[in-house]
Amino acid sequence: MKTNDVILQTGTKVVFFIIFLFSIHIFFAGHFAPGGGFVGGLLTTAAIVLLLLAFDLKTVQKALPFNFMIVVAIGLLLALGTAAGSIIFNVPFFTHAFGDFYLPLFGESALHTAMIFDAGVYLVVVGSTITMIQTIGGDS
Amino acid sequence: MEFVLLIFLPLVAALFVPLLYKRIKNIHTGWFVFVIPVILFIYYLRFIEMTMNGNVTTSTLSWIPSLDISFIAVIDGLSLLFSLLITGIGSLVVLYSIFYLDKKQEKLNNFYVYLLMFMTAMLGIVQSDHVISLYLFWELTSISSFLLIGYWFTRDRSRFGALKSMMITVFGGLMMLGGFVLLSIMGDSYSIRELIGNADSIIGHDYFTLALVLILLGAFTKSAQFPFYIWLPDAMEAPTPVSAYLHSATMVKAGLYLVARFTPLFAFSEVWVWLVTGIGLLTLFWGSFFAVKQTDLKAILAFSTVSQLGLIMSLLGASAVAYHVDGPDAIIFKVAAFAAIFHLINHAMFKGSLFMTAGIVDHETGTRDIRKLGGLMSIMPVSFTVAFIGSMSMAGLPPFSGFLSKELFLTSMLALRDFELFNFATWGILFPIIAWIASVFTFVYSFYFVFKTFAGKRKRQPLPKQPKEAPVGMLLSPVILATLVVGIFFIPNIVGKMFVKPAVVAMQFGLYNHPNEVAVHVSAWHGLTPELLMTLGIIAVGALLFLTMKRWQKLYEIQPQYLSLNALYDSLMIFGESGMNRLSRFYMTGLIRTYLIYMFAFIAAITTIMLFVQDAFVVDMDSFSALNAYGVMTAIILVLAVCMVLFAKTRLAAIIALGGVGYSVALFFVIYKAPDLALTQLVIETVSVALFLLAFKFLPTLKRHGESTAFRFGNFVIAAAVGVTMTLVALSAHSQKLIPSISEYYKETVFTEAAGGNIVNVILVDYRGFDTLFEIAVLAIAGIGVYGMIRLRLARKENSDENK
Repeated sequence: MKTNDVILQTGTKVVFFIIFLFSIHIFFAGHFAPGGGFVGGLLTTAAIVLLLLAFDLKTVQKALPFNFMIVVAIGLLLALGTAAGSIIFNVPFFTHAFGDFYLPLFGESALHTAMIFDAGVYLVVVGSTITMIQTIGGDS
Repeated sequence: MEFVLLIFLPLVAALFVPLLYKRIKNIHTGWFVFVIPVILFIYYLRFIEMTMNGNVTTSTLSWIPSLDISFIAVIDGLSLLFSLLITGIGSLVVLYSIFYLDKKQEKLNNFYVYLLMFMTAMLGIVQSDHVISLYLFWELTSISSFLLIGYWFTRDRSRFGALKSMMITVFGGLMMLGGFVLLSIMGDSYSIRELIGNADSIIGHDYFTLALVLILLGAFTKSAQFPFYIWLPDAMEAPTPVSAYLHSATMVKAGLYLVARFTPLFAFSEVWVWLVTGIGLLTLFWGSFFAVKQTDLKAILAFSTVSQLGLIMSLLGASAVAYHVDGPDAIIFKVAAFAAIFHLINHAMFKGSLFMTAGIVDHETGTRDIRKLGGLMSIMPVSFTVAFIGSMSMAGLPPFSGFLSKELFLTSMLALRDFELFNFATWGILFPIIAWIASVFTFVYSFYFVFKTFAGKRKRQPLPKQPKEAPVGMLLSPVILATLVVGIFFIPNIVGKMFVKPAVVAMQFGLYNHPNEVAVHVSAWHGLTPELLMTLGIIAVGALLFLTMKRWQKLYEIQPQYLSLNALYDSLMIFGESGMNRLSRFYMTGLIRTYLIYMFAFIAAITTIMLFVQDAFVVDMDSFSALNAYGVMTAIILVLAVCMVLFAKTRLAAIIALGGVGYSVALFFVIYKAPDLALTQLVIETVSVALFLLAFKFLPTLKRHGESTAFRFGNFVIAAAVGVTMTLVALSAHSQKLIPSISEYYKETVFTEAAGGNIVNVILVDYRGFDTLFEIAVLAIAGIGVYGMIRLRLARKENSDENK
């Protein structure tokens, strides 16, 4: 039986980006407001799950042509690199640095190495959850 | 030279035995080995003069100095006597084995390596002054004896006998280790001589009797005392030189040595005197009684060894009485010590020679079954003479050395009647009676052994081999031993002065200053004493019993097989194997459900017990915050959802209800002001429900679904118990906060130190980012794990398809 789910698919196309943007927002807001890498990652996953529900596995793989296990690896590398980077500056493992910088486009911005670490968390969460869902879903 | 190193000489020599065996094929390997005990024997002879003057010499080899463990070799009268026995009889046994074991057919390299190992172990036991090194050598004798008994390892009976002796002697050895440890705790020293020196402080200690019993267990198992003697008859599967060496002259005397060595320490105890004397006499009687039942030559000798060891043991027990009496009475119990050592020497001589003759008979006729043998006297005159001398000495007849020690034995036992401490006055009369009856049976089996084998007519059935006299080399050792047996009868006082008295001084430490004070003069004729009359009685009754043997030997068949000690051992072993197996199968069901029941039941039980034992259960109402309506409502939803999970009929309903639980928990987080947790909880719940749905789409329906859910009362009780326990723990933990929370620090420094506003997130990525790092690692492993499990399964399927 072939079902017509054009409403679902059209709705998804719009809602996906809203959820995705919200997840990015939550990720960046993490340091001062509720949110952070973990929730951000999970929200992105939820957005992709929605895509998976509306379309099929192959279409989503074509739209997002990443090997999510590599995403996991990059995430872990970022997190570990941030933590280990402090050793170079002769401070203990996992010492973060922060400060205000003037950036060309954003103007006066507060930057914090914790954000890079959080990005690692974000990538690992997205990568592993999607890997799980894709493998389980792709198993017949 | 440090003579402690000489203990290890045989062990070092053992390293070269396989090399010699492989390289030099023409010469019997035994000749190379023979040199070792001879050298040691000659070396130890030099100490005789020293010990005769009552001197002691020591030599130390440091082993683990930080734990105060070292090899300390002490040569005093007792250890010198044993060392001479070990090396002397060791030399003769090696000589005998050269002719007994065939150069081509036997694995001589194994045999001599084990034998040399054993020699080191034995020398180590008798010379050690350190309880730990004594234990080390003690176990080495058990192991090398195990190897020697199982020498013909292709035979079932050998393996059985080896295992049996191992089990029993190692059991005793471990008990003894326990005793030694207790002793060293009590006396604050590992050195036996220091422990004996500290005897006063040890005797009153709480552990004293326990240590005594444990050490006696070690001695009794090794020396084959009742009821641990059962391994010795089964150890007769060993080659005869081994039986002659280990199971008559040396190893079985290790227990006697131990008892003698610790006599000065334990003699003050009533338990010691009763146990050693009582068990010794019981063993003496039991062994001599059952020796007549046996039909195998070596089995007769094994039971006779058991019985003779019991005799020596009872004498050692009687000698401990010397510490309790003064004046003229004491002298008689000092005689007991003398008799024990003297009989020990005699027994080593005649039992060694008897085993060797039994081996010769076996070797030359092909059988050891006494029912098939007979009339060998004219064919094997030398063997007969040796066997005759040995047996008569064993029976205690003049003019052989056994007569003298038997007389001394009867004297000691008669003296026990008059000993008044420890209830001996009432029961003491039994001691000479049992000793007398046992001596009668000793007489019977000695005659049985020698005359049924050598006298009478040849049996009709042909023997497996044409019998002939053994080669000279094989006869050499038994002849030397038999000569000594006769010789000792004529020069008992020289032997006494050289060997026995120094040993008695070492054994009864503190009673003498010089060996010459041991006022014992052995004489073959000492007047018409009660013991001589008893001996005459033994001869008369024994001869009568021997002549009428055929009539009463049937009595032995009354005892059913399943009531014997061997049957008890066998059933213990069977219980050890299959019983324990059944036991573990009973509780290791293989069902995870059962294991979870164990775990949860224990968690509940232990936690509850600890709560009430420690009186830790406290409820402090003041620490609770006020209830609000949202909280109550969410709690009701949560409970309903949980109930739905429990009673759901389909998996889908259970999954959705679980989702309900998750969302209500998220609501709790909202109510109790944890926005980050609420967010995460909501999203993770959504994603995991989606995952559940995905995964469970492929699963078969639950078995219990559709039917009425079986209500397991036990599960209910345990679940309720765990729930209640955890609630109690949570309430108590909440009611008593012992230290203030660290969160104030985070509140103060979250902006200044970490440049953030969200404390939760700053803790996660900054203060305690280490945890987060590994949590994401866990997540990554989980993802890769899921991928691996599913993809690898598919790959395997494809492979198996290709094979089709």
